[in-house]
Parts: sequence; C-alpha cells; structure tokens
Amino acid sequence: MTTKFTKDHEWVKMEGDDVAVVGITEYAQHALGDLVYIELPKLGATYSKGANFAVVESVKTAAEVYTPVTGEVIRVNDALESDFDLLKSDTDGWIAKFKITNAEELAALMDDAAYQDYLKTVD
Amino acid sequence: MKQTPLHASHIALNAKMGEFAGYDMPLYYDLGVLKEHEWVRDHAGLFDVSHMGQICVKGKGAQDLLEKLTPSSFEKLGIQRTKYTVLLNEQNGIIDDLMVAKAGEDDFHMVINAGCKDKDIAWIKSNLTEGLEFIYFEDWSLLALQGPQSEAVLRDTLGIDLSGVPYMGVWYQDYTMFVSRLGYTGEDGFEISVPNDAAETLWNKILSDDRVKPIGLAARDSLRLEMGYCLYGHDIDATTTPLEADLGWVMRKDAKESMPAPAKKRVGIMLTDRGVAREGAIVKSRGGEELGVLTSGGFSPTLQSSIGQVYLPLDYAAPNTEVNVDVRGRLIPAKVVTLPFLKPRTKLPTK
Repeated sequence: MTTKFTKDHEWVKMEGDDVAVVGITEYAQHALGDLVYIELPKLGATYSKGANFAVVESVKTAAEVYTPVTGEVIRVNDALESDFDLLKSDTDGWIAKFKITNAEELAALMDDAAYQDYLKTVD
Repeated sequence: MKQTPLHASHIALNAKMGEFAGYDMPLYYDLGVLKEHEWVRDHAGLFDVSHMGQICVKGKGAQDLLEKLTPSSFEKLGIQRTKYTVLLNEQNGIIDDLMVAKAGEDDFHMVINAGCKDKDIAWIKSNLTEGLEFIYFEDWSLLALQGPQSEAVLRDTLGIDLSGVPYMGVWYQDYTMFVSRLGYTGEDGFEISVPNDAAETLWNKILSDDRVKPIGLAARDSLRLEMGYCLYGHDIDATTTPLEADLGWVMRKDAKESMPAPAKKRVGIMLTDRGVAREGAIVKSRGGEELGVLTSGGFSPTLQSSIGQVYLPLDYAAPNTEVNVDVRGRLIPAKVVTLPFLKPRTKLPTK
C-alpha cells in the first residue's frame, strides 16, 4: 500500500492488514530545523485519530505529532532518541507503529500527489 | 509591520522573517538557529538590531536626571564608558533595561528596547528639566558584530583598530559612526551605530568577510539565555523590581537600601534529565508545590541541555536546589543554577 499524508505533515503506511507505521514528513523536519529532543509514546498506549502521541522539539519550537489513525502503540522507535537524523530515513525514520482498528480512516488521507499539491498552498 | 533599513538585505539572504516588537525581523538565515549560535561562539556573527531605540539626553543636569530615572550611579562612570541599568517607575518596577554610554559630562547616549521605545521616550521627556536636550536618533541603524573574531573582522573590513577599546568602552568617528564594545551574547563584540543610509553598505562590507555569518533573532535569544541576560517583557517587566531580578549590582547604595527586600529572586534552572522546558512551564518543588513559571527557557547548544530563568521564593533560590519542571504534564527533574550558565568571554575591563 502507498504512503498517505496528513495536513499536519505526518506520513503513514500500512504493514500487513492492521499495522500502521507513522512518521513525520521531510517538510515538517525542515520547518522544525535542528532537533534536540523527541518525546516518544509509551508501548501499549491507545490513541484516537488526531490525538497527540509524540512531541518533536527543535531549538526553535516544540511540535506535537498527531496520529492519523486510531490504535494501540505496538512498537516505538527508541533509536530516534539518540539519532534524530534517522527521522529522514524512508525505512528507519518511523516514530511508532499502531495496531489499528479502523482501516477506513486511511481513505480520507492524502496520497503523495495530493500532499505535494497541498505543500504548494502552505508557506 | 515596521521594517529596519536592512529589511531588503535580510530578504535577499533568504532569511526566515517573523514579527518582533512590531518589526518584521530575521529569525534565522540558511545556516539555521543551532549553527548560527555556534558560529557566534566560534567566529563572528552579524546581527541587525536597528529596531532598538537610540536616544540621547544632554545638558546640565543630565546625570541627575539619569540618577532619578534609574537606580544607578553615573558619578564614577568614565567618559566613553558604558553602563547597563534599568529605568524604574515610581513603584520600583522595571520599565526597561538599557545601555547608557557617557559621551561626555552630562551627555548620555542610550540604547533602549524596541518594544519599549514609545513609553521610554514619553517617560524621559516628561521628566526633562530646563536646559536638558533630548534627541531620538530615529534615522540611525544599529548592527551588532559578536564573537571572538569581531575585533579582527572590523580591522580587516573597515580598517578600524579597536584593540585599545576596553569592554564597555566607546569609539566614534565624527558624527558618522559610534561603536561600543559590548553585546547580548557574552562574547567579545561590538555594536555599531550608523546613519540609516550607511547601514546597507556597512552590513555588506562586514558580511563580505568569510569569518562572518548573518545571525537572526532566534540565535540571539539562545545566546543571551546562556548568559542569563534578561529579555524585557519576559524575564523582567513593570511588576518586577531590580532586587527581585537579581540586578542589585546595577544599583546605588541608597537606592538599594530604600527598596523593599525581595521575597523572590530570578535564578537559572537547568534540567537534569532529557527534555526541553520553555517559557511558561511551571516549576514545582519536589513535593509538588508550584513555585514559579519559566520567564524564558530553551535548549542550550553549548551545554547540550535545557536551561531557563524563573523567579523562585528565596527558600528555593539557592544553587543546586532540586525542583521539577512540568512540561506537558511530565515532571522533569531540574536544579537551580547560578547565573550566568556560561562564563562571559567579553574582553576584560581595563582601567
């Protein structure tokens, strides 16, 4: 399945039928600038779609990261705590993996082309 | 929004612009906040601080007026020397903090905060006595060059030898350029005042040196925070007295004695665990009692940890007192630290 995107600059892609992998886009990382801290969610915590599940802190600001899907956190990418550059990686830059309950939530998200169009409308 | 005469230069340099005190100012350039911060500590960084107000009071009684409006003494301040002080209201609240340069007997040049310009000017004017002249240098710009290579850069780009100018000293050239050896970063450096129509040429000339990068207000803030300097409207304001703000060192003996003893004191806070605490975060005792709110805070690139300033009750204000800072509901352990967080590397004062 293809990667989907939110207006808050998160990306999500599916692993199998019910696991969603979530990270933040290159645009978000660039807007934040130099990262200094990342607050990761706890394993087993459940979040509703749109809930704040992580915080990425740069020198400039603290940015909340929202989950595009409802679900339980089944994996957390602890490696990010010591290597913020990892966020840039397509394969290893994910923040958390969620076991989702409603795959239809993904349908409303943007695909890559729509997200690229959306980026043209934001500063 | 207001603009400084260097606005077009910032845009040309691809600066990320943002509002500060009613001005559209550069927050950071291509280098980014972290590298700009480090560049100033290692080399030399050029700031546009033309939004700040440059004023002058002169004439017989100018020194008396300053000693009335500030709690400082100007008696022993040498000619061509500068002093940091605060303007106070009648309740001992801080109206602004400022630099006062003594250009001559009863002749003082001041640099005041952008956000305070209007009220400061009105306040000073309303206190003028006969024979005193007030000048607002509205059409003058102010550039700051900060960092260990500043003196060498000004020598090589402008042909000016400032090696003999001590920390807090002043140098000037006719009525075309005023230079003072001070700043807001804790590094050696200079603030350079020139007429607006000379600002862009000066900016470009200094920037043409490879040792110099343009630096925005974001790094200016993290640099000053590491030095424990106050940002007006955040760390000090009309509700804080200089004694509470731990600025007793700027005060005359009589002014200090007549001011009520403070119940709280501005101190430094350093997180001892991971995380970043910013302005507005609540500082709590280990027992959970709310003690104060961070008046500024952020990540220190030099110390690689989160630092801030807070007013704490005197019982909690001693160095190494252990507290917690509430960041989005997470209590992060922190300790009280004596300001400044870093030792200043300004040029040593000379007699």
